[in-house]
Amino acid sequence: MAEVLLQLDGISKSFPGVKANDEVSFQINSGEIHALLGENGAGKSTLVKMIYGLMQPDSGSMKLGSENFRPSEPSKARQSGIAMVFQHFSLFDALNVAENIALGMENPPRLQDLSEKIETVSKSYGLPLGPKRLVGQLSAGERQRVEIIRCLLQNPKLLIMDEPTSVLTPNEVKTLFETLLRLKGEGKSILYISHKLEEIRKICDYATILRNGKKVGSCIPRDTSAKQIGEMMVGKSFSSPSRKTRAFGEELLKVSNLSIRTKDFFGTSLSNINFSVRVGEILGIGGVAGNGQDELLSALSGEEKTSPSTIKIFNQPIGKLAPDERRAIGMRAAPEERLGHAAAPAMTLIENTLITSHSEDVINQWGIIKFDNVKEKTKDIVSEFDVRTPTLDNAAASLSGGNLQKFVIGREILQKPRVFVVNQPTWGVDAAAAAFIRQSILNLASNDSAVVVISQDLDELFEICDTFSVLTNGRMSKSHDVRSLSSEDVGLLMGGSDLDRKSHDTA
Amino acid sequence: MVIFGIDLVLLISALMISATPVLLAAIGEAVVEKSGVLNLGVEGMMITGAVIGFIFAVNTQTPIYGFISAAIAGALLSVLFAVLTQYIMSNQVATGLGLTMVGLGLSALIGKPYEGIKSPTLSKIEIPILSDIPILGPMIFSHDAIVYFSVILVATVAFVISKTRIGLVLRAVGENQEAAHALGYKVVRIRFLAIMFGGATAGIGGAYISLARVPQWTEGMTAGAGWIALALVVFASWKPWRVLLGAYLFGGITVLQLNLQAIGVAIPVEILSMSPYLVTIVVLVGISLFGHHTAPGSLARPFHASQ
Repeated sequence: MAEVLLQLDGISKSFPGVKANDEVSFQINSGEIHALLGENGAGKSTLVKMIYGLMQPDSGSMKLGSENFRPSEPSKARQSGIAMVFQHFSLFDALNVAENIALGMENPPRLQDLSEKIETVSKSYGLPLGPKRLVGQLSAGERQRVEIIRCLLQNPKLLIMDEPTSVLTPNEVKTLFETLLRLKGEGKSILYISHKLEEIRKICDYATILRNGKKVGSCIPRDTSAKQIGEMMVGKSFSSPSRKTRAFGEELLKVSNLSIRTKDFFGTSLSNINFSVRVGEILGIGGVAGNGQDELLSALSGEEKTSPSTIKIFNQPIGKLAPDERRAIGMRAAPEERLGHAAAPAMTLIENTLITSHSEDVINQWGIIKFDNVKEKTKDIVSEFDVRTPTLDNAAASLSGGNLQKFVIGREILQKPRVFVVNQPTWGVDAAAAAFIRQSILNLASNDSAVVVISQDLDELFEICDTFSVLTNGRMSKSHDVRSLSSEDVGLLMGGSDLDRKSHDTA
Repeated sequence: MVIFGIDLVLLISALMISATPVLLAAIGEAVVEKSGVLNLGVEGMMITGAVIGFIFAVNTQTPIYGFISAAIAGALLSVLFAVLTQYIMSNQVATGLGLTMVGLGLSALIGKPYEGIKSPTLSKIEIPILSDIPILGPMIFSHDAIVYFSVILVATVAFVISKTRIGLVLRAVGENQEAAHALGYKVVRIRFLAIMFGGATAGIGGAYISLARVPQWTEGMTAGAGWIALALVVFASWKPWRVLLGAYLFGGITVLQLNLQAIGVAIPVEILSMSPYLVTIVVLVGISLFGHHTAPGSLARPFHASQ
């Protein structure tokens, strides 16, 4: 019988208007990988923030070993042997690896000694890492290594991991799991937050499931089906997107020899990108973010102009056209960054609808905005895409990430674009809403549009796309029919090699 | 050493004096911006330091009390900025501009009775042995205490920022405020202290104008030095030694063009007068073209520790 490491008893935490955690109790044993499951907004993050000392519970108690535990700040939690790997936003791009690690330690040694230690520890765990490299230039997997090494150097008893695999390639996931199993073998406990059920079934010993702030169940993931766990999380069953077989028409969007030098120091330049999408086709572009995804989207949306014939719609060169001119001929884009890029944060939903509408629809011949029409359009978006907002006059920034994403996607799709380009369509959106967004992308394609979906989520791409290619380091692989690709092929593509030996190129 | 009728020893020695106010203000602002805060109130804090320093120095007849009170006055004025921007979340740009106007107005008001008085000046400190070196000695090692202080301050800031834990935390807070908060660093407290440091050095810089460079009190006597300091920080890519280089370059050309005017060179006075601004900007832009010198990631972004 393993001993209990951390015991939570009746933890509650409220924010104005919402009860984030409601009487949550569970325990984590030593040497156990414990999964914490739930939809967006189920209260997982709030709970781990309390364990890590970033917030304090309103009521309830925690016990670490046999002692009462209530960290008032993260450094107290770290001293007690708790370490945390964050989902994003805990690294400093402009600082090097050693400096980043020193910032997360209680009593860091001198940078020189620390650098040597980083090299030894990272090698011994099979996670090689150069201490002098700038974090902004590392891949997502390497960045995560920085966080893991930072935790390991403090010899923690409990390691908290918040959605660790959401940005990793399949190979990196494998390495991560090996590391986790090794840590478990050393008697350390891991609290693993995720909503990827297959992963959890693979490596977790025990799972606690939260819904709307309450603990709704627990299970041994190995003995429970993904469907059962999923229904516990959501509280209802939802349908996965259904795909009709579509016949592809003529070539609609064609990109040839697209090269762009990035202006962002931490960005990636695009080199010689070629692809085409036919009427009715959904092209999925996989690969880890930061490999040229943002640059590709801005070239297609028109934020970044190229020579005219680089990008063609129905053989008409549009590379020099501005975003509004491209929208006028039926090409629309939804960038990844919702606030500040896809939507203006401080403007209302009505105003945000206005800014990407066709001007004929919303502006009369004297240049006055027809607000009744805009309001009508906004109402359609909100009702058809189930955007939860108190009023249409709410600022975009006041919506939750998932709701705003539904709004942005809905706004573009309801304009019935001929060509639709979207980056990370379901990032941060819960499973039911994600299924809905994917279904609407499929519907758009069946209505004779061409769609380009850029995503890090391979499962998503394989669910909805017809053809698949990978963007690595600013280069794009040939596109392949998804039905002909094995998971090994995908691994090869993600690694930057092309499948020339097979050459079932669909272009 | 006289070249084209200009004494090089005097020139270098004068440029160090001329550059010191801007250097002091800029090194403080560099620290403030490194922590992720943009305080456009440098001019206001300088002029407040100038008038308060002048009043205390005249009344005590001890210049060093003037500098100490100027530092306190600058820091107090910056506390106003810190409270408004860090706790009440007011806009940093607008608040900084307001601070400059408050400083200019306030100093004109309380300085009125002191116009036309001469202040006690600092005595030179000849550094033993070093000041006896021919040429270099009188050029560099024969100045008042504040000139040495400013150079030591630059060295200290450079060391602290790049080599110590405090400096690392400061950079972290300025680079990514959310991440620093997630790791448990007190973003607002660190920024508050950085802002006060910037206020204090701007105050000393201002007092150096009214107690050493000029030395008397006239309304608006900082004459844009605070804005030059702000520009220097950006063009120096937030690097302390480059701030020193930029300040000395600016000071040097200011002194040089005055000398050129004095010996009657056939270049229009207007062009000579604008040359310090032009040359400094051109040189620092040239330097910053090489390598990457991005601003602190969280610069001028408001931070609130919600969730």
